[in-house]
Amino acid sequence: MTKSLLRTGGQWLFLLLLLASRGSGPLLAQSPSDATFLAMLGQLRDATFDDKDKIVDQLAQSGHPNARAVLTAMLEDRLYFRNDNQMVFLVKAAADENTTTLDLIDPITLKPAGSASVDSLTKIGTNNHLRRVLQTTLARFGLSSADPSVRLDAVQQIEQNLDEGNMKLLHDRAAVETNSKVKDEIATALALAALDGSDAQARLAAISTLRHSVRQDALNKLEALLVKSPDGTFVESDERVRQAAAVAVKSISRWRAFYSGCETMFFGLSLGSVLVLIAIGLAITFGVMGVINMAHGELMMLGAYTTYVVQTAMPNHGETSILVAIPAAFIVAGLMGILIERSIIRFLYGRPLETLLATFGVSLILQQLVRSIFTALNRSVQTPAWMSGTLELNQAFSITYNRLYIIIFTILVFAALFVVLKRTRLGLEIRAVSQNRSMAKAMGIRSEWVDALTFGLGSGIAGMAGVALSQLTNVNPNLGQSYIIDSFMVVVFGGVGNLWGAMVGGLSMGVVNELLEPYAGAVLAKIAVLVALILFIQARPRGLFPPTGRASENQ
Amino acid sequence: MAQRQYTLWISARKDSGTGWFLGALALIVVVVPFLNLVVPALSPIHISAYGLTLVGKYLCYALLALSIDLIWGYCGILSLGQAAFFALGGYAMGMYLMREIGPRGVYGDPVLPDFMVFLNWKSLPWFWHGFNHFAFALLMMILAPASLAFAFGWFAFRSRVTGVYLSIITQALTYALMLAFFRNDMGFGGNNGFTDFKDIVGFDLHSDKVHVVLLVITAFMLGASYLVCRMIVSSRAGRVIRAIRDAESRTRFLGYRVESYKLWIFVFSAVLAGIAGALYVPQIGIINPSEFSPINSIEAVIWVAVGGRGTLYGAAAGALLVNYAKTYFTSTIPEAWYYALGTLFVLVTLFLPRGIVGLLSGRVRKQTKKEPLRIQADRPEPSRK
Amino acid sequence: MSVSKSLDVENLTVSFDGFKALNELTLRIEPGELRCIIGPNGAGKTTMMDVITGKTRPDSGTVHFGPKLNLLALTEPEIAQAGIGRKFQKPTVFEQLTVFENLELALAGNKSFLHTLFVRRTPKQESRIYEVLEIIGLSEQHQALAGTLAHGQKQWLEIGMLLMQEPELLLVDEPVAGMTPQEIERTAELLQSLAGEHSVVVVEHDMDFVRSIARRVTVLHEGRVIAEGEMEHVQQDSRVIEVYLGA
Repeated sequence: MTKSLLRTGGQWLFLLLLLASRGSGPLLAQSPSDATFLAMLGQLRDATFDDKDKIVDQLAQSGHPNARAVLTAMLEDRLYFRNDNQMVFLVKAAADENTTTLDLIDPITLKPAGSASVDSLTKIGTNNHLRRVLQTTLARFGLSSADPSVRLDAVQQIEQNLDEGNMKLLHDRAAVETNSKVKDEIATALALAALDGSDAQARLAAISTLRHSVRQDALNKLEALLVKSPDGTFVESDERVRQAAAVAVKSISRWRAFYSGCETMFFGLSLGSVLVLIAIGLAITFGVMGVINMAHGELMMLGAYTTYVVQTAMPNHGETSILVAIPAAFIVAGLMGILIERSIIRFLYGRPLETLLATFGVSLILQQLVRSIFTALNRSVQTPAWMSGTLELNQAFSITYNRLYIIIFTILVFAALFVVLKRTRLGLEIRAVSQNRSMAKAMGIRSEWVDALTFGLGSGIAGMAGVALSQLTNVNPNLGQSYIIDSFMVVVFGGVGNLWGAMVGGLSMGVVNELLEPYAGAVLAKIAVLVALILFIQARPRGLFPPTGRASENQ
Repeated sequence: MAQRQYTLWISARKDSGTGWFLGALALIVVVVPFLNLVVPALSPIHISAYGLTLVGKYLCYALLALSIDLIWGYCGILSLGQAAFFALGGYAMGMYLMREIGPRGVYGDPVLPDFMVFLNWKSLPWFWHGFNHFAFALLMMILAPASLAFAFGWFAFRSRVTGVYLSIITQALTYALMLAFFRNDMGFGGNNGFTDFKDIVGFDLHSDKVHVVLLVITAFMLGASYLVCRMIVSSRAGRVIRAIRDAESRTRFLGYRVESYKLWIFVFSAVLAGIAGALYVPQIGIINPSEFSPINSIEAVIWVAVGGRGTLYGAAAGALLVNYAKTYFTSTIPEAWYYALGTLFVLVTLFLPRGIVGLLSGRVRKQTKKEPLRIQADRPEPSRK
Repeated sequence: MSVSKSLDVENLTVSFDGFKALNELTLRIEPGELRCIIGPNGAGKTTMMDVITGKTRPDSGTVHFGPKLNLLALTEPEIAQAGIGRKFQKPTVFEQLTVFENLELALAGNKSFLHTLFVRRTPKQESRIYEVLEIIGLSEQHQALAGTLAHGQKQWLEIGMLLMQEPELLLVDEPVAGMTPQEIERTAELLQSLAGEHSVVVVEHDMDFVRSIARRVTVLHEGRVIAEGEMEHVQQDSRVIEVYLGA
């Protein structure tokens, strides 16, 4: 077809007919011919940006099944025409930027149509405005998608460009929308628009809709209604509207504050759960053997490095490498713990201060060892896809998956430890030895073995804490040192040898730290927590859940 | 008669270590300045300015070690934050030296030190006032560590926090201080600390003569502190303190206010550490917040453990030995130093519970026949230390 | 200066984790009395001493030494300074100090830091120490480290330290455990000689020893007094027999 044909008014007539007959369903009553479609595409070649705007609109309204694909391609800079025959093609996304040939896709069949060199093609370009139009236009397609999340995205996209046409679109969509989330989104969008309108009644209605929102933009708009202009009069003329707005603002602000608190709580819990993981290992060794292991942080670091090594050894299994790393870290750190216990700690039994010093020496050696093998540079560990991303519970409250999984992981480890201690033979022996060593020995329990295994267990858990940490921060040889003091504080706060103490202590310290941070900054918050703890210990020298009975007096 | 037996035995028990220690100190005071000021610079036995600084540093560390031995070796309090008091004393001296720079700083401000000008501060924070007077600075070098020790100790000992709990908390204390002093807005120079000192009480800090004098003063302070400590541990109070170390609760039941004894000793040792820090800074020429870091305190503890705790001269000897080794290692094979230090921790706690001094005196004791004493060195220590 | 105060324990209750170590315990020691406290294990004898000396805080009840001194309001050192001395069940002497130094530490007098820093022994104090060394039979070993003593000798050293304190009330917890018969006899003599000038409360399991020294005996069981009186009377009490199953 030649250009001249298309530039007749007939094209416009054709489109008008199309608009009139257009429904909002996914399928249109009639499809125009492919020829018309191609013709429109061809127009894009020489069109100005303004014209391109109009053409894009036409394409969208055309009802042609490939309109969406074509428009998407255009948005993604994948629409080209051949210099020789002026035909428009879509291209496949190139694997790398410097490729010299592109694979072509026929716009009508959407099938591969050979390839051409980059030089023989010219891109159909876009500018920012056009891209926005394209996004909105494509969103309109999304409105009728079968997938509610796509519809939601579409509504959110359209919101940013609410002209009369789009508003009508949303209106129409709301009438048939079944998904409540999407419906709410549409209602909010329309309400926000109505606030700018002239009808006070409509504004009032809008406010009552928006009252239940927690969105920042809703809050802003409502607050804007309460503003006074420089000459003293209110921007919003209607008193009832102002009152309604004031009430709504209060309500929204309260809810937002609540959700913000929830978020802080969540972050605090996730920080706290890392502390708990580190501390429970320490609590066990301290409670059973009276030993403070200053190398505990380094065992955790070993766990983090194990994760790194496992990931490097399984480069194509990013999703599962972490699941392998968990038992691996447990074993590596656990074995190291048993080694430390057998070679050093068992000779220092009954001398906790010496053990403290000796294990500090071990921590220095381990740090230097790791430094020599892996260098002092940060190593980054990838987060698997199933652990990445954010879950948005509502517009004021979102949580990240990695932290959520860490909290869950901590609960699982804690529960598992509980079961081991309360239900297994090993657990029984551990408890016996910690309560009355000589009696336990007299009953035939091999207390040296129990010591070694207890230490191994505590160290193994530290290793798993390292796996968790590797997901949150960079892995370097100083990782242990950054967390060891905090974990000591948790043990001291929670009470020695007590698992619940470690859990409560760790979580509360994490939460308190998070609460203080926005006011005081990270460093001051940490200092404040440390000072508070020092003072707390004065009041309760044995922690939250102190060990009771005569045996504990020997501490 | 039993009485004469007793007095004879007392003199036999007095260790020769004190004699050796003071003698060595006197030797240093005479020989080192000689080798720096009199012996020509090209001679192989000449001690350079750097050498002077090194010896001065070792002596300061020996004083720090003394303070740790007093509370740990004799009273059983393992403080893992003693370097905090050292650093506080050092910062007090540093503040004086910074004020002394006056208009000779890079920015030329007669009142504000360079780092404050750099941070765009308009006036001196309130706690800097007075530090242009040496006497005030001297007072603060003692008062700052003493106050902190008093406040901390009063709370801690009163609540009967002991053993590893106490050690962990002292570590947390010094860590918190380190974090605080690293902050630029605290007014202590942030992570750069204080440096570029010009003179002290009018004497140029770049002159060898002044460094010699500082060295002699340090040695003198070390000797004097040693004698005071020796007096304390030989008195009945010293025996009470050792009783507290071995059986705290029993000592209480005898009628002794254990908290009061601990507090006195803790504050005194903090003062010693503060003086050590104050003498350290003009000789080294810099002080920064890393002096507060927990590893400094723990390293200091190992000096005492290596030398032999509960002897005083052992602690000082340990400080000299380990730091000499450190200087040697870090200049030749730096990576090996941490391995060496870590191994030292392990070996000393496992095999040398009485340190090198204990090793040596054990041999001496075996040779003398009439000694009625029996040492516990070969027995495993049953009580908490 | 002999003792004039009586020790009044009233309705003392102590529970550990739900277990009642003392259950409304009431007893009274007259000045100058020599009282033996007996009872099966777990009866609360040591716990009672712990409360009197300030080691354990009771849940309820009162302890007075004399009409005005409320012991529950004092700390351990204050109670010791108030004239109450205790010899522990397990000998706790200062192992790294000599026998002489152990006794010296127990000297009655000003126990503040500044005082002990500068004080020198007076000749009177020295002779007192030698006197006690004679009494406890450790004159030969005065320069030995206390940790090197035999168990029985350590018991004696503790008794010696108790004597040095010059207390008004002596609480003696199982003084003859691990002693030879001669040593037991000596201990009995010593305790008897102390009564009158001092109040002496002895907790013991060795019934022969109790019989040899006791004037009044108090029997404890499950935290309360079940019988009190002369030894023969108490021995025939049916409840005591039941509790001891024939001691």
